This record gives sequence, C-alpha cells and structure tokens, in this order.
Amino acid sequence: MRHSFLSIARNALSGHSGWPRAWRDPPLQPAYDAIVVGAGGHGLSTAYHLARDHGMRRVAVLEKGWLGGGNTARNTVTIRANYLREPSMRFYAEGIRMWEGLSRELGYNVMYSQRGQVDLVQTWAKLRDVRRRQASLRLLGVPFEILSPAEAKARVPLLELDAQARMPVLAATWHPTAGVARHDAVAWGYARAADAMGVDIVQDCEVTSIRRAGGGVAGVETARGFVAAPRVALCVSAHAGVLAATAGFRLPIETVPLQAFVSEPLKPVLDTIVNIPHLATYFSQSDKGELVIGGGADGYPSYAARGSFHVVEDAIGAMLSLFPALRRVRMLRQWAGSIDLCHDITPILSPSPVEGLHLSVGWGSGGFKAIPIGGKALAHLVATGAPHPLAGHLLLSRFARGRPLFETAGASNRL
Amino acid sequence: MLSITCPHCGPRAEVEFLCAGEPVARPDASAPLDGAALAAILYERDNVRGPHEELWWHRHGCRAWFRVVRDTRDNAVLP
Repeated sequence: MRHSFLSIARNALSGHSGWPRAWRDPPLQPAYDAIVVGAGGHGLSTAYHLARDHGMRRVAVLEKGWLGGGNTARNTVTIRANYLREPSMRFYAEGIRMWEGLSRELGYNVMYSQRGQVDLVQTWAKLRDVRRRQASLRLLGVPFEILSPAEAKARVPLLELDAQARMPVLAATWHPTAGVARHDAVAWGYARAADAMGVDIVQDCEVTSIRRAGGGVAGVETARGFVAAPRVALCVSAHAGVLAATAGFRLPIETVPLQAFVSEPLKPVLDTIVNIPHLATYFSQSDKGELVIGGGADGYPSYAARGSFHVVEDAIGAMLSLFPALRRVRMLRQWAGSIDLCHDITPILSPSPVEGLHLSVGWGSGGFKAIPIGGKALAHLVATGAPHPLAGHLLLSRFARGRPLFETAGASNRL
Repeated sequence: MLSITCPHCGPRAEVEFLCAGEPVARPDASAPLDGAALAAILYERDNVRGPHEELWWHRHGCRAWFRVVRDTRDNAVLP
C-alpha cells in the first residue's frame, strides 16, 4: 500500500486497524536467481536495486535474525562525504544525492535530516589537510567550508573556546550536506519497497556456509537446508570472514567492537553533528532530544558486540573538555556493534575468488551512510558482473596489486 | 575492561597493553613473493570467531611481547 495523505486519513478514521503487513513472510524456495545474505541496510538496498534497476525478481534476502537488527540498528546514523581520498569523496557525494530523494523514492519517511556537520580542527597538520579537502570537495560540488573558532562557536554555541587548553580549537570545518536519518525506517523502507517488487525476505534463516561447485558458487547452506543460486552477495559485515572461510578464502578484515551511547533526553541544544577527530569522539542530538555519542573502536578483535568501559570514559571525557556545559548530563543507554574493519579503512565491494560470489564488506564504522549507493553499486556488480563506475576503487584485487586505498576519515581511525 | 595476564607482571588492566592481533609468520626471504602472496601476509587475516591466538604487548609495563588465547565470541581469556 502506498502511503499518502488520503491513506493515512482513511486509516485514521478506521482506528488504524486496516493497515496491511509492510512485507510478506514468504516460504523459502529451493532456488533463486540471486541470494543476498544479510537483511541489514546494505542487503535490503542491494535486493531493492537488483529488482528495480536490473529487473531481477527471483531474489531472496536471507537473514539469521530479524531485518535491520544488526549494525543497522546500532550505528550513529551519520551521513557525510568529507572523506580523504577523491574516489571515496565521489562515491559518498553520490550517496548523499541518493539520500536526498530517498523518502520519496521508497514512499517511506526515513526522516532524513540534512543538518550539517562541524569538525573541530586542533592541529596545524589537520588544518592543512582540511584545506586540501576543501579544494577537492569543491571540484566535486560538495560544499565544505573552513570556519574560524568564532564562526564555529556561532554555529555551535555549546562549544567552549579556551585559548589555554592543551589543544585549543584552531579552526573548524562546515559540511552543510551532512545529515542523519532514522536507521529502522531505512531498513523498513527498503524492505517494503523490495518486497513490493517480489523480493523474498526470509528472516530467521541463518546462512551457515557457502557451497561451491568447481570454481563457482552453487548456493548456500542455511539453517533450513540448501538453497541454490548462481549469484550470491554477502552483506554480513562482521561475519564476512566466517562465511568467506567456508568458501575457502580469507579477507583483509578484522572484526572489532565499536560502542555508542545516548544521554537522557534534553531540550534542543545542538542542531548539527559535531565531530572532534583529534579526541576521537563525535555527537549529535536526536529528534527525541538524546545526545547520540560515538567514540573510537575497541583495541582488539571481537564478535562479542560489547566493549570496554575505558573507551566510553575517553569519549565522554573528550566531549566534556570542549563542551563542559554537558558535564551534568546523565547517560541513558550504551551498546556496541561488531564492525568489519578493512585493513585500509576503505570498504570492499567486489567479486570474490569464487565466481558468482560477490562481497560488500569492510564498511567498518561508516556503512550506514553508504546504504543507498552501496546497494546500488553491489546490485550493478551482481547483475552485470562489472563494477559500478563509482566503485572501481573498492575491488578486492587492490591488495594484491599493492594499491590499498588508505582512508583515515572513519570513527575507527579518525584523523 | 579485559584483564590480561602478562607472563612477567601478572594480571593487569587492558589499558596497559596493545593488542597486535593475529601473529603472522615471517615469509621465507629466499622464496619469490608475488602480489597475492604478499597481500596474504600483509593484509589477510583468519578473523576467527572462537578461540583466537593473538599477540599482546605490555606497552605501559615491562614491554614484553607474548601470546594470549582469547575467545572472540565472549572475550574470555583462555588458559
């Protein structure tokens, strides 16, 4: 059912009892044209684009838990394009353009709010780097300005400028097209739109291994038995290495915990995203009034989806050093996700050594922003066999060619 | 916070250490290395889900390097 003013009014009059299911709960078929493993944002977006852009209808998304219940539900929803490398900037800039029309395209309000991002600069080296980034981003049409400390203070009045601080704020950057969105709504919107085009989303169906036939992929073994497909796309973030091992290859990926936390709800105090790269913390205020705060990744590999307290303490301490007005704010919730950190902090969107098996992994701390463009690019790769024109820098072969693309603009490696 | 047992200093807080991840065997210097073999050594990891042997460095203590086996499903350090 399409959401419109009329449909909402009609359902309001009937006590909201007439809404149909947003997506089906289809039985698992023995074979599909393509299988997407993992019903997070990337998996659902990939299935949506396979159906919409490439006309594939016999597509299944297999999910071990419930859709959107993994890292899609655990991230801090920051959407931005101020990356270090030019191909990354191009890729994420196109991602922002897709976000801008996403609610209309899906017919589902993803609550996209382009509220901008302020990054505080506390070293001269960083100031030189952001000047270069400003020039590169300008060539791509991405607005990115350098602010004086006073201009940053005007943009974020909570900021306390202390010239005697150990690392005083030298400047700031302003990225007005950065924003946030509602993570659940993104998963639900893509699920609903993909389902409407005939994609089967099968939840509670864990993929346990990849079955090969010679050099190619034959299908996947699941908790409910074998499912055949000539094309399989892995969108399982932290567990990519576990499934890759069942197909007989390794990845340049480590799985580490990344924590986030929210404060008690406050009156509106902050209308942008604030990032403090030198102190490894960033935060924004949600529509409910909670401060949503992220820190650095924990320092050891783990699938446990929990981290150490000192990481929380470091992030909060860093935030309070520049925003002392928040020192009496109490924290409400804390959680961790398991992120798939690629060796060069650039994701892998690539064919694998097994023919027909494609990978979308290594998104690390930055996967949420790439859900629309990542799904579109992976669908292009799965359907045509060739990389998307904007994603040629994301191939796995870059490592064997000695050309890793070191990014530094992620929550795990923040300068 | 994890408690890591240094072979010299005993159990200490995680913040004294640096985890260097999976040990990687040094390649045979006399054998030729192509790009794929070099990538396997430099970048690829087993990324085990379960008991995981890893290198830790007592950075803010005795500065020893040693191996720890830790279960990456629940972070429990195994004997």
